[in-house]
Amino acid sequence: MKFSFQKFPRVMNKIGLIIFREYLVRIKKKSFIIATLLGPILMGAIMFLPTYFALNTKGNQSFQVIDESGLMRGVFVSDKEINFEYISIDLEEAKSDLLKSDKDGLIYIPDFELNEPQGFVLYGASNQSMSTLMSIENTIELHIESLRLLASGLDKEVIDSFDANINLNTIYLNNTGEEKESSSGAATIIGYLTSFMIYMFVFFYGAMCMRGVIEEKSSRIIEIVLSSVKPFELMMGKVIGIAMVGLTQFVLWLVLTFGISILISVFMSPEVLEMGVANTEISSKSDMISTTLNALGGINMTLVLSAFLFYFIGGYLLYGALFAAIGSASESDADAQQFMLPVTAPLIVSIISLSLVLQDPHGSISFWMSIIPFTSPMIMMMRIPFGVATWELILSIFMLILGFLSTLWIAGRIYRVGILMHGTKVNWKILAKWFMTKD
Amino acid sequence: MDLIKINHISKAYDGHQALSDISLTIPDKSIFGLLGPNGAGKTTLIRIITKIIQQDQGKVFLNEEEITYELIRKIGYLPEERGLYKKMKVGEQLIYLSQLKGLSRDLAVKRINIWLEKLDLKSWWNKNVEDLSKGMAQKVQFIATVLHEPALLILDEPFSGFDPVNADLIKNEILELRDKGATIIFSTHRMESVEELCENITLINQSKKILDGSVKQIKEEHKQGQYIIDYAGTLSTRESFDVLSITDLEGDLKRANIKFNQASKPNDLIAQLTNSVQLFAFSEKIPTINEIFISKVSPSDE
Repeated sequence: MKFSFQKFPRVMNKIGLIIFREYLVRIKKKSFIIATLLGPILMGAIMFLPTYFALNTKGNQSFQVIDESGLMRGVFVSDKEINFEYISIDLEEAKSDLLKSDKDGLIYIPDFELNEPQGFVLYGASNQSMSTLMSIENTIELHIESLRLLASGLDKEVIDSFDANINLNTIYLNNTGEEKESSSGAATIIGYLTSFMIYMFVFFYGAMCMRGVIEEKSSRIIEIVLSSVKPFELMMGKVIGIAMVGLTQFVLWLVLTFGISILISVFMSPEVLEMGVANTEISSKSDMISTTLNALGGINMTLVLSAFLFYFIGGYLLYGALFAAIGSASESDADAQQFMLPVTAPLIVSIISLSLVLQDPHGSISFWMSIIPFTSPMIMMMRIPFGVATWELILSIFMLILGFLSTLWIAGRIYRVGILMHGTKVNWKILAKWFMTKD
Repeated sequence: MDLIKINHISKAYDGHQALSDISLTIPDKSIFGLLGPNGAGKTTLIRIITKIIQQDQGKVFLNEEEITYELIRKIGYLPEERGLYKKMKVGEQLIYLSQLKGLSRDLAVKRINIWLEKLDLKSWWNKNVEDLSKGMAQKVQFIATVLHEPALLILDEPFSGFDPVNADLIKNEILELRDKGATIIFSTHRMESVEELCENITLINQSKKILDGSVKQIKEEHKQGQYIIDYAGTLSTRESFDVLSITDLEGDLKRANIKFNQASKPNDLIAQLTNSVQLFAFSEKIPTINEIFISKVSPSDE
């Protein structure tokens, strides 16, 4: 594939030409091609490695149990994942045996009082996973509870009849009264992923805008170009051209990630099959996956995707304009540094606030941050998977459009003056003066 | 006929007056010199003509029409501060810049080939600009300025950065463009190039126009009745002239700069001189633009 300026369109208006040049120059760069190829590989790895490892952990753990109380007999039941073996030897002896054996741990149950259950210990050769610990703890607790109930004089049958196994289904009610299954887990992941991507893209491509402007200014081509086009056209051409680079990269990432995911799952499938179709672990995993898919069905993915595109472009335009204005006031990246912090601060604040928003996606902080255009691209993407009222979404979109139109206008006024200034030490006061300069 | 008419242009930056009430006209199909020391306001005036910056007051007319962005696009402008996109190839860059000027791609390619050939850059079409020497980059910038065959060319210090050979090459191209009917505004603070190129000049200093007119007429006006003579013998000082300076030439030949103090014809002067010395050469001393320039802008003159 060879892109070339020989292919410059025969007839095109000026702004189109500028967009085309900005676009072509960047997608031909090695750094772009490398980032585009590496991105999906990384994404594929992040998405599939945990699954891969989860499916391939050594299935059987085995524990020994010393029950000095005699109350826990038959409580730990071996299954496919964990094997329990009751032993009746001295604790010290068992501990020293444990190191020599290939057992994963030793559960010690002392002679305890039902009223005051204490002294339970898990000796292990290595650190146990959180889920193993929880399941053992849970088993002991449940059994002690039923022992207490028995001691209080309740009939065993009655106690068994108390046993309830529930699975909490969360249902999201929307305005139309329609009920949808939702999963806050899936919503969290989607929210984080889309917010982070917008943050990264805005930061990365905003900075690209700034460097592009600095390059034109410091290489002194600017005045040659300005004898053909207006400063605002040049700025818009650059901002839009780079937006298209970002979109191209995003689309390529989607396509490649999809492709690589398919490749990886094909590569993984023989091992999956090896473990046996009847394997409960697999079936429980696939249960989990189907639950997740059902939950995804509850989240309006069309809305998420179209909102993502809108906030991606809107957020980029808003910040890209400001970055371009900074560039026009700077002759080098170092010059630009002093203006960077105030511009990037809202971006960083948004990312830090994501966990706050997550705690209360419908609270007032979440609401206001998803309306204010400087934070809305990230914050709204975090909120959408949890469901946002239509009027809030419309208000937020309207505010963002208003926001980027304003920053483009402000940036344009600074840019037209700044781009021709050389050798002046620029500060905020001077930026304001440029902005106020009459046309 | 005048191509450009500038009416009472003023521009101030931040309390500093860059141009005050400049009016001038630039005749069609000629080379016009915009002269002045550094910081006089030349570049500001050019940027106002090309609408890159806005004047505070006054108007610029091109062909009797107030200048618009669409008209600007037909101008060829070579700024003093000029550069190119470093990461682009020479050919691509020229195509891009000429398309911005409204040229079709095919025509641009055709003309770029001709110009690269003309300026000895043929083999550089596919080279990155950052690999060019400064002189070569200047040539590429010059080509970018003239590719769309503009009726009006504005060249701000076009020879800076060129060695004498290439400066001559560019000078000849400029003259050729004029012969083909282009009007050229030529801004410089270096006077040597002015006399052989410009028909008309305007001299600005410290934001004000201090002189304008045709080069011939300005020189005529600034003659001070001085003559250069080569002679042998001793000049008699009782005559009706003052001797301003004498230098020794080879042998007993001397050269003197003399100034007539009476309104007489050169023949009268020669008649007087031949009485006392052997006269070998006699010529009227015409002031160079450089001398006029210096006499006009040096502070001692005020």
